[in-house]
Amino acid sequence: MSYVENLLKIFVSSTIINNIILIQFLGLCSYIGLTDSLTNSIGMSFAVIFVTVSSSILAWMIDNWILIPTGLQPALQITAFILVIGSFVGLVEIYIKKASPNLYKAMGIYLPLIATNCLILGATFINSMNKYDFVESIVSGFGIAFGYAIAMLLLAGIRERLRNSDVPSFFKGKAIAFMISGILSLAFLGFSGMIK
Amino acid sequence: MKKLKIIWDAIIPNNPVLIISIGLCSTIAVSNSVQSALLMTFAFALVQIPSNVIVSSIRKITPNEIRVPIFVTVIAAFTTIAALISEAYFNAIYQIIKLYILLVVVNCIIIGRAEAYAYHNGIFDSFLDGVGNTIGYGLVLLAIAIVREFIGKGSLAGIQLMPDSYQPMLLMVLPPAGFIMIGILTGAIETYLRNKEGKR
Repeated sequence: MSYVENLLKIFVSSTIINNIILIQFLGLCSYIGLTDSLTNSIGMSFAVIFVTVSSSILAWMIDNWILIPTGLQPALQITAFILVIGSFVGLVEIYIKKASPNLYKAMGIYLPLIATNCLILGATFINSMNKYDFVESIVSGFGIAFGYAIAMLLLAGIRERLRNSDVPSFFKGKAIAFMISGILSLAFLGFSGMIK
Repeated sequence: MKKLKIIWDAIIPNNPVLIISIGLCSTIAVSNSVQSALLMTFAFALVQIPSNVIVSSIRKITPNEIRVPIFVTVIAAFTTIAALISEAYFNAIYQIIKLYILLVVVNCIIIGRAEAYAYHNGIFDSFLDGVGNTIGYGLVLLAIAIVREFIGKGSLAGIQLMPDSYQPMLLMVLPPAGFIMIGILTGAIETYLRNKEGKR
């Protein structure tokens, strides 16, 4: 199998087959909390794509250049990743605020939410567990974030329609969002086995 | 009696998963078998209780501005310990739910308790609050896991209970059922709270 084929396989697998929200259940807080409106979920998706790809790169460098050569990976990986990603998100926030106030207005409120989002950290752990190389890590990070965006937009679109429909009183509020996610998850389960 | 109330408050009236609805990721992900749920609760206890105690004991010397990075560092240290212990003694189950044990470090319940309770209260009270939250989290996890594993595999904690003729409903151990179970539970709790408010 050629290298490009392998990259494509990683992308499809992390976007659709192992969709981070619907199959692996990471980042549910923002998934349920922000899908009330389509605009919010688009903004959040872009912020997540940007931060996930950059932290995948950063985490790969820390893992392969510092933690593995010094043999500290089992003991310090969690601490190193969370501190680096936390401070990186903080830096990005400051930079965007200074460099492009318009982008900050569009993206700014979501950045602090991302720092504690388990999806970003989860993506870096997935990369490290599968021992991906540099390019593979970027592709996998982008794929995971793209899968997140797909799930966010799907649920946000459905929830916009739901506003005008008659939901049984038992399921009003968050419960119906969970039930819909269950059905969406069932649909995504159909993709499993697509790649051996 | 007053001390017991701290534990009780965290189990039922302020249950982290059902009432405040935080920490959902791991709840849904590891609740497809009783063994995973038990290991997850064990790892959660190893992080939640000591981190509450440490955060509470250093609360007087923690500067207010950088308290969150300090909490995260403390929690990360205990998560590493919990992950290494789980890997050493329960390796078979650990390999299945490894990702979720590593991600205890960003579990909203633990950071939330450090910020909202341990940072303002005494060491012993924080210890009790940690115990209560662990029980509250573990009970929900275990309740969902028992239902899902029993219907989905006909067994509990790996021990076959139903006869061979039982046709297991495989869907229950697959991801969608996690969402559906949480949806039904949330619906039940919200309906209960609405009715209670209506009566008042």
